[in-house]
Amino acid sequence: MAASDTVKKTMSLEVFRYRPDEEDEPTFQTYEVPYKEDWVVLDALNYVKDTMDGTLSFRWSCRMGVCGSCGMMVNGEPKLTCSAFLRDYYPDPIRVEPLTYFPVIRDLVINMDDFMNKLTEVQAWLQPKEEKPVSEGEYRQTPAELAKYKQYTMCINCMLCYSACPVYGRHPEFTGPAAIALAQRYNLDSRDGAADERAEVIFKHEGIWGCTFVGDCSRVCPKHVDPAGAIQQAKVTATQDWYKSLLMPKRK
Amino acid sequence: MANEQPTIAGKDYVRAVPNTWWLQRKTYVTFMVRELTCVFVGAYALFLLVLVSKAGDAAAFDALLNSPVLITLQIIALPMVLFHSITWINLTPKVMVVFRGEDKVSPALIAGVNYVAWAAISVIIYGIASCQG
Repeated sequence: MAASDTVKKTMSLEVFRYRPDEEDEPTFQTYEVPYKEDWVVLDALNYVKDTMDGTLSFRWSCRMGVCGSCGMMVNGEPKLTCSAFLRDYYPDPIRVEPLTYFPVIRDLVINMDDFMNKLTEVQAWLQPKEEKPVSEGEYRQTPAELAKYKQYTMCINCMLCYSACPVYGRHPEFTGPAAIALAQRYNLDSRDGAADERAEVIFKHEGIWGCTFVGDCSRVCPKHVDPAGAIQQAKVTATQDWYKSLLMPKRK
Repeated sequence: MANEQPTIAGKDYVRAVPNTWWLQRKTYVTFMVRELTCVFVGAYALFLLVLVSKAGDAAAFDALLNSPVLITLQIIALPMVLFHSITWINLTPKVMVVFRGEDKVSPALIAGVNYVAWAAISVIIYGIASCQG
């Protein structure tokens, strides 16, 4: 071995392995990967996949914190692995696990069906108050109206917030941070008219009232969406609606 | 309408959440402490109610205020109530989002207004109490 090789720095990557076709319980496998200052955890995982162990499974796509595919637990913290630099952990080993609170399909790949179904349940899409033909032009909006919900449009569905939420961990029926923040995104949109339909899903115990305001979802959010804030604001709206319906039962 | 992913049927691995989950992160511990301080906030509120019920009887009122058990309760409750109030006020900007045109009013200002209101109300109550005492 050349002298220059012996001084090359390396790091230990302890990776959660679960191969349902071979084993019933997960294990940890340690890979010694090169340490490079500009490498992120995802680079190290790709290095393992390309040169050491092609059986390792994980999701990734854009490598620049936009697609939301590469969320994993890095030393117990939910992180986008494309944004978690090795230099912030070196020389200690890095433990990589699939996002916590989600069922694991294989290795670092989680089953996201639950989240996808919740997005559908909260109707996280724009439903205009009044449909109009294309010939009548756009649904216009002022910058001030845009500002009200813009922060929530930043969500990239990476699910780190679910992995930070102990309520979701204990009660998977909880609608959860991102889905409620996205419901709020459309509820606050001046062009949207489906707040009442969404209210049926989110203004209930498994929705906003399940949230105990731990706030960790907002701390780990890589896009500063602040889902905890969105949920508390939705609680205020729900409470106001309830008082209004009490005082003016006939008014819808 | 479910978006099902191809998986080996029934073989998804579900990791159990331990009862010690709240020790795993600093934010979880802070949350649990904030929740526990509620007990003292409640206990102090009860103490105040009992105190009000004795308002017509000066001797019983004094005896209650001088009771060592209740003095101990107040000594413990004070830091707990302060912690609860401060963390509560610090969270208000998350709940109260005020826009001035396209700009959000700064969270520090919203929390600041709450602190000022807290201080002002405390001073007023102290003023009323000292006038009567």
